[in-house]
Amino acid sequence: MPQPTLECSGLRKVFDDLVAVDDVGFHIEAGETYGLLGPNGAGKTTSISMISGLLTRDAGSVTVGGKEMTTTSLDAKGLLGLVPQDIAVYPDLTARENLVFFGKLYGMSGKDLLGRVDEVLGVIGLTDRAGDRAEDFSGGMKRRLNIGIGLLHKPSLLILDEPTVGVDPQSRNAILESVEQLSGEGMAVLYTTHYMEEAERLCDRVGIIDHGRIEAEGTRRELVQLVGHRDRIRLAATGGLEPAVAALNNLTTVEEAGSGDGVIELLVSDAGEHLTEILSVVTGTGVSVSGVDVDEPNLESVFLHLTGRALRD
Amino acid sequence: MGAAWTIAVKDLKQRLRDRSAIIVGIIAPLALAAIFSFVFNPIEDFEFTADYVVVDQDGGLAARLFVDQVLGGMAADDTITVEELDTVEAARVLVDVEVDPFAEDVDTADAAFILPAGFSASVASPDPAEMEVLAGRGSGTAAGVAVAIAEQFASQLQTARVSTATAEFYGLEGDRAEIGLRALAVPNLATVADAEATSKILSGTTFYAAGLAIFFLFFTVQFGVNGMLEERHAGTLPRLLAAPIPKLSIVAGKAITAAIMGVISMSVLVAATSLMFGAEWGNPLGVFLLILGGIFAAIGIMGIVGAFARTAEQAAVYSSIIAVVLGFMGGTFFPVGQAGGLLAKLRFVTPHAWFMQGLGDLAGGNVSDVFPAMVALLVFGVVCGGLAALGVRRGMTA
Repeated sequence: MPQPTLECSGLRKVFDDLVAVDDVGFHIEAGETYGLLGPNGAGKTTSISMISGLLTRDAGSVTVGGKEMTTTSLDAKGLLGLVPQDIAVYPDLTARENLVFFGKLYGMSGKDLLGRVDEVLGVIGLTDRAGDRAEDFSGGMKRRLNIGIGLLHKPSLLILDEPTVGVDPQSRNAILESVEQLSGEGMAVLYTTHYMEEAERLCDRVGIIDHGRIEAEGTRRELVQLVGHRDRIRLAATGGLEPAVAALNNLTTVEEAGSGDGVIELLVSDAGEHLTEILSVVTGTGVSVSGVDVDEPNLESVFLHLTGRALRD
Repeated sequence: MGAAWTIAVKDLKQRLRDRSAIIVGIIAPLALAAIFSFVFNPIEDFEFTADYVVVDQDGGLAARLFVDQVLGGMAADDTITVEELDTVEAARVLVDVEVDPFAEDVDTADAAFILPAGFSASVASPDPAEMEVLAGRGSGTAAGVAVAIAEQFASQLQTARVSTATAEFYGLEGDRAEIGLRALAVPNLATVADAEATSKILSGTTFYAAGLAIFFLFFTVQFGVNGMLEERHAGTLPRLLAAPIPKLSIVAGKAITAAIMGVISMSVLVAATSLMFGAEWGNPLGVFLLILGGIFAAIGIMGIVGAFARTAEQAAVYSSIIAVVLGFMGGTFFPVGQAGGLLAKLRFVTPHAWFMQGLGDLAGGNVSDVFPAMVALLVFGVVCGGLAALGVRRGMTA
């Protein structure tokens, strides 16, 4: 069994009387994107600060590529690329100078460095602005440069801490596409966010974190099932709806079905898997279906269920 | 070391683009040195002259001694001109003239000495001897000097009186006046000399050039030392700390930046003030050693500020206060060493004073004479740098 790129367990950090992180642990395989989803102040940044060796931990262990991570372990740090939440670029240096500087700190040099810089400039879409100072960039361009620096040295593990905060929709989409591409190339990605949509789109697995603890972890489907939520299907229909509802209630996959005002509404465990069967049963009773609306429970509702509060509280 | 150098090169590139470093490190001290040099240098070339008149209504020995020996001696040195008049009224006319600054060859006097009849006799009597000094209109300094001359002579007369009284007490025979005059002729046994060897005194231009150079060095070095706070403010410190480089190399990079900026700033100032203002810094090797010592001390002191301040803005304020206080205490703006007392001793708690002292020693000696000042500057650097390192360790988190 291959070793996980990141493995952390029992992470704990206390600031004075505040327990910022308590018993946090998870692992990320190569090519996997793991999301830490939680509201501001949940402990996401403190967790990744310990994982990336910026902060000493009070308890727990972190290994990156099998190497233990501490604030002084240079080998482990060399395997990690960090994209901090705040834009961490030098505004009075050009995009290229920023990349070259950080590349040198990661031991890159000469043609390899310059070639990789050009490559990254292409990935983040800043080739045409490589010679411009970062202070002249838009917020989205700075964010992209911020990410480019993190992936310059082809890290085994890329940590992105809320990389899309304050970014316009176009740049946000470009960033998300970049992350998807990197993950597809085999890079392990740790992605923290409080945007449910991003976690759902990018992450293979998600850890829901609140008050410094991981409340639940798994794929989106696993998390939804964990809290017992069901998909809601609404069928706009004409004809005799009662026989159709009765037929639906006889299906084991349907938890509950009802009708009213030309709409059949039912709860199922997995709409995507059973929708074809449901439509077949309904049309078999002579009902004509003119519209289908599937409402799947999302991570937002999972978070609400687990913590009793909305993700953006 | 490679990472430290990489960081230093990056910082220097940023500083070159940030013109404030050039302004503070080179342009401001050059401009101020020029101003100070132009303002104060004329004092070096200033020659005191005064036109005095004297009316001797006494004609006695003491009066003639004053006119011929005291005033006559000064006139012989071309320090003053002395004209002897017959009447007090004539003297009053000359000192009362309203002087037109644009008028030429107007016959005036800066002061008049009036020696009344019986002046010499009073030397040998218990009666007070009186000499009148009339100050000329608008002749502040020259009139003040005239009063000082008269007071000095009065002091000598008092000496003569004491001598006369002493001779009488012991029953020595002789003419009272003659005894008094002989006492007047005895030179002082002790004189006060300048404690500083003439060769160890910096010229005005050199003093201000050196003073402002070391003063602004602290501001220049501050740009490098506070770089850690700027990294934190810019959000780039986490990125540096996450990179596979020792933390020490980040600190070393900032120190290298500060040192290079200090060397460049001081070198430009030494060269420019030498070529443009005629400053005489002394043996180049000795000056270079002192500059290195000064930079080392400045990095240590400013490092404390950088290590314990919470923000770059806070550090800038603290650094300015420290630089100004140490600069004044250390005598970079005026020679506090000549003021004497506590202030003269306190100056040696500043690296500025040791730097100036080292330059002074170098002016009158050879390279080895700067070693005491070098040692003092290195001690400043080591002690303060150690304290700064403690603070950096404490605050070096993301």
